[in-house]
Amino acid sequence: MTLLEATDLEVVYGSRCHECLSSTGSRAGTNQCVNCGSVVACARADLSLEPGDVLGIVGESGSGKSSLAELLALEQASEATVRGDLQYAGYDGNLLEIDYQTRHDLRTSEISLVHQHIRDGLNLEFTGGGNVAEKLLSAGHRSYADVRERVSDLFEETEIPVDRIDDRTNTYSGGMQRRVQIARALVTNPDLIVLDEPTTGLDVSVQARVLDMFRRVQREENVATIVVSHDLSVVRLLADRTLVMRHGRIVESGLTDRVMEDPHHEYTQTLINSVI
Amino acid sequence: MIILSVDGLTKTFDVHVLGDTRVVGLKDVSFDVTDGEFLAIVGESGSGKSSLLKCLYRTYEPTSGSVVYTTPDGPVDVASCSDRAVMSLRRDALGYTSQFLDEIPRVPAVDVVARPLVEKGVGRADARETARTLLSALSVPAELWEAYPATFSGGERQRVNLAQAIAPKPDLLLLDEPTSALDPNTRRAAIDLLSSYLTSDTTVIGVFHDTDVVEAVADRVLVLDDGRLQHIVPIEAYEGRVMSE
Repeated sequence: MTLLEATDLEVVYGSRCHECLSSTGSRAGTNQCVNCGSVVACARADLSLEPGDVLGIVGESGSGKSSLAELLALEQASEATVRGDLQYAGYDGNLLEIDYQTRHDLRTSEISLVHQHIRDGLNLEFTGGGNVAEKLLSAGHRSYADVRERVSDLFEETEIPVDRIDDRTNTYSGGMQRRVQIARALVTNPDLIVLDEPTTGLDVSVQARVLDMFRRVQREENVATIVVSHDLSVVRLLADRTLVMRHGRIVESGLTDRVMEDPHHEYTQTLINSVI
Repeated sequence: MIILSVDGLTKTFDVHVLGDTRVVGLKDVSFDVTDGEFLAIVGESGSGKSSLLKCLYRTYEPTSGSVVYTTPDGPVDVASCSDRAVMSLRRDALGYTSQFLDEIPRVPAVDVVARPLVEKGVGRADARETARTLLSALSVPAELWEAYPATFSGGERQRVNLAQAIAPKPDLLLLDEPTSALDPNTRRAAIDLLSSYLTSDTTVIGVFHDTDVVEAVADRVLVLDDGRLQHIVPIEAYEGRVMSE
């Protein structure tokens, strides 16, 4: 059973002319069209996920990995032109063409994005519990006791001290804020989570514990995950399969250990050899 | 029953940073493995032993040839099947361990060993119990069981690695020099554990450097030389043979 099937996805910032695709990409060495100046953030991207899959997307800054991930998480990129076909289990038609309400429903109940920047994903003025509960309330849950219990369970699951549940999120450490984001992403039992640079802003010691916690929860909940990171060790730790992106194109894909130990593409070889 | 059939396996690496130099790892390697067998792969450094093992696990993608496993769902050729088919094979039947422990940071040794059992559905307490038994059999000091392997010695880490590899008793286990950092006594304990913990249902293909280990555990020996299969002989025929190193 396939959870998500993406074909020929494309995100372009600008007017998009007929030369945009032929003049950009890994071989062209740029993601900017020489003819019209549009930026081809990602193009010709195909991928599929089954329930419980963990897929890594690696590449340097500007390679298009976040654009692709945001598209898959149904984030609206307002100025971008989006093309392609995105099928999702249980929904008819192309997810790139759905109406506002369906998009909202999917994003509250089926697909969660954990933003790279904590401020984009959480309201730091709210309590930690409030940030998690808010997602449940927007999904239509109304019973205070049920919501409270679910949020408290998730605090335990993601290893946040439950006695801090009513403290404001801006009093939490960076690692705890990241855990609140993950708890919020999990609270509606989604089938897919997109983690964008999950270790950004965390100390090395905290990174390992957050990733280990996520790995455990991911397996227990069997939630499919897309992990976007410039850090190969993050992807190596979490992902079964990995896509390598450069200049808006997927240049290589395969089992994570195969990509890391037997990289075929010239760029992947350079990337692997750049790890300090 | 033949559980693995390797035919014409060739692996080349195109190294772009060396100006597209082609490095040959394995050339036209063919052999069969019977279920329950213990096959030792020997050869000099650089002869392709680890490359062969990695091709069997698809960590290296074979350039040509086939690597066909017999599974309950039919034959699976890891040289050409989908990534997802490899993932199922690894999850259900195929174990691999490298020479070096590749552990997750800040996970205690006992949980590192228990993890593959937990992932197979064994309860955490039972998995930890089995892990303690294995660590004990490999003479890893009990006071280290709850510590993080990152600070362990090379030999201790290697024992944690070996314990983790054999814990889930996969149908087919690929071991890359699992005893290279061990002293003779610990190596003996490791050999004893391999024969006592793994039942005759487990097929093992292992790269070994030490003749004494090969003689103690192997049914057959595959000798590699410069990426080619030189010969493959029963252990009785191998005994007394002078190692090439």
